[in-house]
Amino acid sequence: MAAVISSSAAPAGAGVHRPAARVPAAVMEPPWARAVLIGIALVFLALFLIVPLAAVFAEALRKGWDAYFAAIREDDALAAIRLTLLTAAIAVPANLLFGIAASWGIAKFSFRGKQVLLTLIDLPFSVSPVIAGLVYVLLFGAQGWLGPWLQDHDIKILFAVPGIVLATVFVTFPFVARELIPLMESQGTEEEEAAVVLGASGWRTFWHVTLPNIKWGLLYGVILCNARAMGEFGAVSVVSGHIRGETDTIPLHVEILYNDYNFAAAFAVASLLALLALMTLALQSFVEWRLRSQHREPFQEQEA
Amino acid sequence: MPSLALPARTRAFRVIPGFGLSLGFTLLYLSLIVLIPLAALFLKTFTLSWHAFVAAVTSPRVMASYRLTFGASLIAAFVNIVLGGIVAWVLTRYRFPGRKILDALIDLPFALPTAVAGITLTTLYAPHGWLGRWLAPLGIKVAFTRLGVVVALVFIGLPFVVRTVQPVLEEAERELEEAAASLGARPLQTFIRVTLPIIMPALLTGFALAFARAVGEYGSVIFIAGNMPMVSEITPLFIVTELEQYDYAAATAIAVVMLLASFAMLLAINLLQAWTRRRSRAEES
Repeated sequence: MAAVISSSAAPAGAGVHRPAARVPAAVMEPPWARAVLIGIALVFLALFLIVPLAAVFAEALRKGWDAYFAAIREDDALAAIRLTLLTAAIAVPANLLFGIAASWGIAKFSFRGKQVLLTLIDLPFSVSPVIAGLVYVLLFGAQGWLGPWLQDHDIKILFAVPGIVLATVFVTFPFVARELIPLMESQGTEEEEAAVVLGASGWRTFWHVTLPNIKWGLLYGVILCNARAMGEFGAVSVVSGHIRGETDTIPLHVEILYNDYNFAAAFAVASLLALLALMTLALQSFVEWRLRSQHREPFQEQEA
Repeated sequence: MPSLALPARTRAFRVIPGFGLSLGFTLLYLSLIVLIPLAALFLKTFTLSWHAFVAAVTSPRVMASYRLTFGASLIAAFVNIVLGGIVAWVLTRYRFPGRKILDALIDLPFALPTAVAGITLTTLYAPHGWLGRWLAPLGIKVAFTRLGVVVALVFIGLPFVVRTVQPVLEEAERELEEAAASLGARPLQTFIRVTLPIIMPALLTGFALAFARAVGEYGSVIFIAGNMPMVSEITPLFIVTELEQYDYAAATAIAVVMLLASFAMLLAINLLQAWTRRRSRAEES
């Protein structure tokens, strides 16, 4: 057992042929099979991940840096960036708050119907983004359930910022909760119980005991939630009304530019979203590494 | 330790505060954002007569869009189960330069907004694009055809199979494979008789997740599909078209059909994941 742990805890990639040392030759595939499998995987990933990623930036810079910056600094583009940031600034904290409440209620207590609740929380992931937008059209649209009342009171939700925020909240709903629930369940309730028994209040227990334990998982959920909130297209496109400079988010602005055959500008704005995606992936890898080392620490203490 | 664990177990409910507050907020938020809006969708269909409902969800144009959406999603999920399986295998079993970068990039289709994926794939596979120019002389058209829909859906579904199979492969006990090899099995035999059954539930889960995501996908597909009614129009796009023509009832009816299909898939995925968990638990004991 100790041998298994120490070998997997050793820094990976220290030697190129590491598994050969760990795995008996009889289990390894013949070298030609290995080469073929690696070849297939590399060609597939190159065609579907690396070439598209390179293409975004190549197309964005096709007309040079001046055109690139002009496309990003243009008024409608700036308005789209502002709207996207505003939407994420509302949707992400809202779903973060929900994620913390849901994971506290679900992971720290046992009650009937937990499984049903978990399935309902996952629901937005299995709903097509178009349908996520449609449900708000049916609620708040002119022909919708609340439409006439909203019109009487001069409140605009659909084809305005509130509708865009609501649709974004819907599609990013489960991200934080589904990251935190399994993490908090695996950590059990003993530490919180000890804190409460020693006299800490509920909030104090949360801030000083639970939060330090879940901070990396929480950050992971927020990163994913934010990436989706800033990049959502289908749901937002249904509720936005596509008013240039007013209800266009960055992805919708990309679509408008592209459909105007203004390809270089479309890719210039799209490259911002691609950069966001790359940053998301980098942060994700970093947090995954922190989560893994957090998991391993108690192990090593035991070994020592 | 046991003396502390015993009272904790019997009174676990009351020791930690905040059950009512956290669960109450959870249920309120869930109802407001998800449940009530989805219920409104179902209620809206009751404004249609049964005949009108059936007519709306079985018109020839919708039927063609179902065939494309579900057919292309099925093909894309199959491509992903094979190529994604190979990628998961290569990433967990072999060490080669650039492996860590590739491993981190696997999630790109999750992180890259769908509209960006859509315009990029379209530009790449257009007749003069980086990839399209090599396919055009062979008579293969990808952009603005149904093949383009499949390509976009393969991209979107790529991480699902890889990310569900990878942890299972990492945990799989090599001793079993060693035993098979020492008993005289050739590598391919070992793979088919020993490894494949271990990763099968994960492969199927990945397949179902990729398929479910593909069926609802909109942003990446509409740019590359060409969107010709009866030929290359996916169901989510048809819903949007009906909405833009203010035919809310028809849009809602089709959405309900899609939603029921999604629920069925969600159920299947949950059952598959329960099976996977049971399998891995049985192996541990």
